[in-house]
Amino acid sequence: MEKMKLVMIGNGMAGARTLEELLKLAPDLYEIAVFGAEPYANYNRILLSQVLSGEQTVRSIMLNDVEWYAGKGITLHLNRRVAKINRANRTVQTADGEIAGYDRLIIATGSTPIILPVPGNDLEGVVAFRSIHDVDAMIEASARLRHAVVIGGGLLGLEAAYGLLSRGMDVTVVHLAEWLMERQLDRAAGRMLQKSLEAKGGKFLLQKQTERILGEGRARAIRFTDGAEIPADLVVMAAGIRPNAALAEAAGIHCNRGIAVNDTMQTYDPRIYAVGECVSHRGVSYGLVAPLFEMAKVCANHLARLGIGRYTGSVVSTKLKVTGIDLFSAGDFGGGEHAEEIVMHDTASGIYKKLVIRGNKLAGAILYGNTVDSAWYYQLLRDGRDIAGIRDSLLLGQNHLGNTGHQGENRAAAMPDSMEVCGCNGVTKGCIVKAIKEKGLFTLNDVRRHTKASASCGSCTGLVEQILASTLGGAYAPQTGAAKPLCGCTELTHEDVRKAIREEKLLSIPQTMQFLNWATPDGCAACRPALNYYLICAWPRLARDDPQSRFINERAHANIQKDGTFSVVPRMYGGITSPDQLRRIADVADKYRIPTVKVTGGQRIDLFGVKKEDLPRVWADLDMPSGYAYGKSLRTVKTCVGSEWCRFGVQNSTQLGIDIELAFDRMWTPHKLKIAVSGCPRNCAEASIKDVGVIGVDSGWEIYVGGNGGIKTEVAQFLAKVKTGDEVMEHVGAFIQLYREEARYLDRTAHYVGRAGMDTIKQRVVQDTANRRALYDRLLYALEGAKNPWAKENVNPREFAALAI
Amino acid sequence: MDNWYKVTTLADIPSSGSRVVKTRQGDIALFRTAGGAVFALRDKCPHKCGPLSQGIVCGNHVTCPLHGWNICLENGLAAAPDVGCARPYPVRVEGEAVYLALG
Ligand code: SRM
Ligand SMILES: Cc1cc2nc3c(=O)[nH]c(=O)nc-3n(C[C@H](O)[C@H](O)[C@H](O)COP(=O)(O)OP(=O)(O)OC[C@H]3O[C@@H](n4cnc5c(N)ncnc54)[C@H](O)[C@@H]3O)c2cc1C
Ligand code: SF4
Ligand code: FES
Repeated sequence: MEKMKLVMIGNGMAGARTLEELLKLAPDLYEIAVFGAEPYANYNRILLSQVLSGEQTVRSIMLNDVEWYAGKGITLHLNRRVAKINRANRTVQTADGEIAGYDRLIIATGSTPIILPVPGNDLEGVVAFRSIHDVDAMIEASARLRHAVVIGGGLLGLEAAYGLLSRGMDVTVVHLAEWLMERQLDRAAGRMLQKSLEAKGGKFLLQKQTERILGEGRARAIRFTDGAEIPADLVVMAAGIRPNAALAEAAGIHCNRGIAVNDTMQTYDPRIYAVGECVSHRGVSYGLVAPLFEMAKVCANHLARLGIGRYTGSVVSTKLKVTGIDLFSAGDFGGGEHAEEIVMHDTASGIYKKLVIRGNKLAGAILYGNTVDSAWYYQLLRDGRDIAGIRDSLLLGQNHLGNTGHQGENRAAAMPDSMEVCGCNGVTKGCIVKAIKEKGLFTLNDVRRHTKASASCGSCTGLVEQILASTLGGAYAPQTGAAKPLCGCTELTHEDVRKAIREEKLLSIPQTMQFLNWATPDGCAACRPALNYYLICAWPRLARDDPQSRFINERAHANIQKDGTFSVVPRMYGGITSPDQLRRIADVADKYRIPTVKVTGGQRIDLFGVKKEDLPRVWADLDMPSGYAYGKSLRTVKTCVGSEWCRFGVQNSTQLGIDIELAFDRMWTPHKLKIAVSGCPRNCAEASIKDVGVIGVDSGWEIYVGGNGGIKTEVAQFLAKVKTGDEVMEHVGAFIQLYREEARYLDRTAHYVGRAGMDTIKQRVVQDTANRRALYDRLLYALEGAKNPWAKENVNPREFAALAI
Repeated sequence: MDNWYKVTTLADIPSSGSRVVKTRQGDIALFRTAGGAVFALRDKCPHKCGPLSQGIVCGNHVTCPLHGWNICLENGLAAAPDVGCARPYPVRVEGEAVYLALG
């Protein structure tokens, strides 16, 4: 049977999405041909703002590339504008004369930017903000020119202004209304927004009307109706959009500003469908992607002849994609009769919240400065839920509603399945969790690919990550924003690389770089140490350590100082030393004229100012093991004096500290690892700010993990309470191994725990006994036979010696 | 006139590594890249005099161990955005022998 012919005009976000949905439902029903006026396949138009600001590239915003169309058997005509639809003989004709016949037609021509009808609007340097072509022109201009003027202080105009500011231009936004984004914000929020943007360098002229653009051949200045003039080398028209319905109108299809469609996305000609910004549905045209994607779904369903699903209109919400500004607006906030307002305005911290309630239902919301509750308010709004019962605490947000904890994962865990997470693509939490579980997804990118959640404007990325973390726990491989590559030498993430090393059994750095198509011949100072760690962690005793890929400290087993000398910190297990050790240290300090001897913050002694060539002899004379003060490794195990001497001590913390330090000495970790053991809850060893903290209590030991006393203080979180020292050892070892296997290189445990979530870590280390043992065994296996790098037999003095002429 | 000195053998410089040569004019770092080329620079980073010989060698540059400037082994220039130069010295490899010229 011959296939029916489907032609699509316009290859933008709505159209391409319709095809995706259609192919999911009916892959073989149509022979499909697509005509797109742009020279690119389908890209994420939303992210043009980020391309302009330099946070994304054209390449990174591609959604369906040319290969996608080819792979689906779709004939794609790029750079070809359809000039005419002939409904009588069911053909379309391109501007260059090609004719294609159709049984069904989709019109998805988007909208056209409004160019103000003022004199000078055709000068060189006057551009719109709609396509890659426009963004290229703006980027090019920003490199040469100084004064940019953006006409229009709406969403688009402000994102354009921010992008041009990021590119170093002097930017003025001209706006007709009294405040910015007047259709989404009230006056107070609009003013706050303006202030934040002013702080980023933007200038604003409100209630100004453009009279003409001045210049000979190219733009030079703008004159306003009040006679004022400002310089303008680049003029960006962001004064609104108009549904692009001309083609349909010329073909005699009924239009009402946009192309009029019914609830099944059909136009007045039943063979012709229309989706996207070019449409007018129940008198409304939309300018955001969420409704367009809903339309795409409905349209595809009917094209697939399933005949279910109706599009009944959308409540839209707005987020401004300007880095550092959190803004959310949805629904109707204009007030009016019967409307009540709840407002919170904290000028000092820059937070503004306004909720509009009508008849016990949330009718509108504006959040500025803190938008964590936006998904929740949006849900209440769309569901039309009765909020009488929670009204008192409504303004405080979802967290105040019950037992949700303070951690992000708990928040995601507490969300109902029906709650929408991704507003652009209408993806609920339940849908994401299901995909994660059934399809075995681990990364943000996986979720994006399979569910589309966070794949459009990206503003729900954080929430999706939280859901991943709460669903997968430690197995979750986090990313920030767009998948962040390990370094400039590759596009792969830390997680991708670790996975390949494990699954392909890669054993050396050159092999890994070759297999993963590294962009540089032998990496850089960022990726080489990370790869070296990933290899020896994944394949202990098999992968060969590469000293040349280690930072000098780990190569010389000592810390480099600002004058090029080194410091030497021997181990003093559990902080215990002896007269004999102290005597040797004193002798070494004399013999090698060591300028500074200092007691460290980690309960041991540091010898500063040792010359590199002296290191082997200093170590030999000290005759103490390396303290690894230089390594991504176990540093100190700080102890207090404990039950042996202390009148309050209930446990022998010193001995347990020594045991732990002896057991886990010589271990490589993603970042340095610090442990402390206190003999009672007075906690003199400060265990609560260590990567692993153990605190003695009358009936045993409490174990805490993920603390940090450094750059950002984090209090360690409770992991487990156990009775014996052996149990402490096993729990601590298992936690460390989990961290070793899953954290990114240079993540401290605090970062790792923050991502993986305490609940899952507990599950895998505490509840799941078999898993704990397995983790612990893997650690012991990796540590077996690890050598003291300072011992004579392991040192090659030649590596420390200098040549001379 | 350059004075050439035979300083060491190729095998004595670790691949993607370095050796320090003490001279009358101060320390000079001898580097050997993964590709086998040998270069010499004054062992002082143009930033705050960090010992370049102790850095990680990648491609034809070395990353200073103190604050991470990248210095080109061929001409001693710091990679943008940093600005500065560590003086390069001529090097010659004949068979296994490595010669260094002091001006
Ligand atoms: C020697 C010592 C200071 C002292 O005189 O007491 C010290 C010295 C250095 N610390 Fe530290 N830290 C020392 C205890 C600490 C502590 C306290 C502790 O361990 O109880 C902390 C906070 C606790 C923590 O880490 O959670 C600490 C937080 C840091 C940080 C911030 C780490 C973070 O992730 O927040 C850095 C920077 C880094 O590692 O990237 C750092 C980095 C450094 C470096 C390695 C700086 C560098 O990269 O060259 C210093 C060189 C040490 C040397 O040459 O020997 N040092 N440093 C202490 C050595 C302890 C030991 O016996 O091993
Ligand atoms: C800079 C910017 C930022 C944005 N930010 C957001 C945001 O944060 N959130 C949000 O929800 N939305 C945002 N939007 C809006 C969003 O991008 C649009 O709603 C969406 O792209 C519209 O999809 P569409 O398919 O209807 O139109 P388009 O994506 O514009 O696609 C229409 C395509 O049809 C082509 N075409 C037109 N006529 C013809 C013809 N005769 N023959 C052949 N091809 C033709 C056009 O060239 C175009 O490629 C933003 C838009 C821009 C420009
Ligand atoms: S706080 Fe640590 S890193 Fe900073 S100067 Fe002191 S020792 Fe160095
Ligand atoms: S001394 Fe080399 S980077 Fe600072």
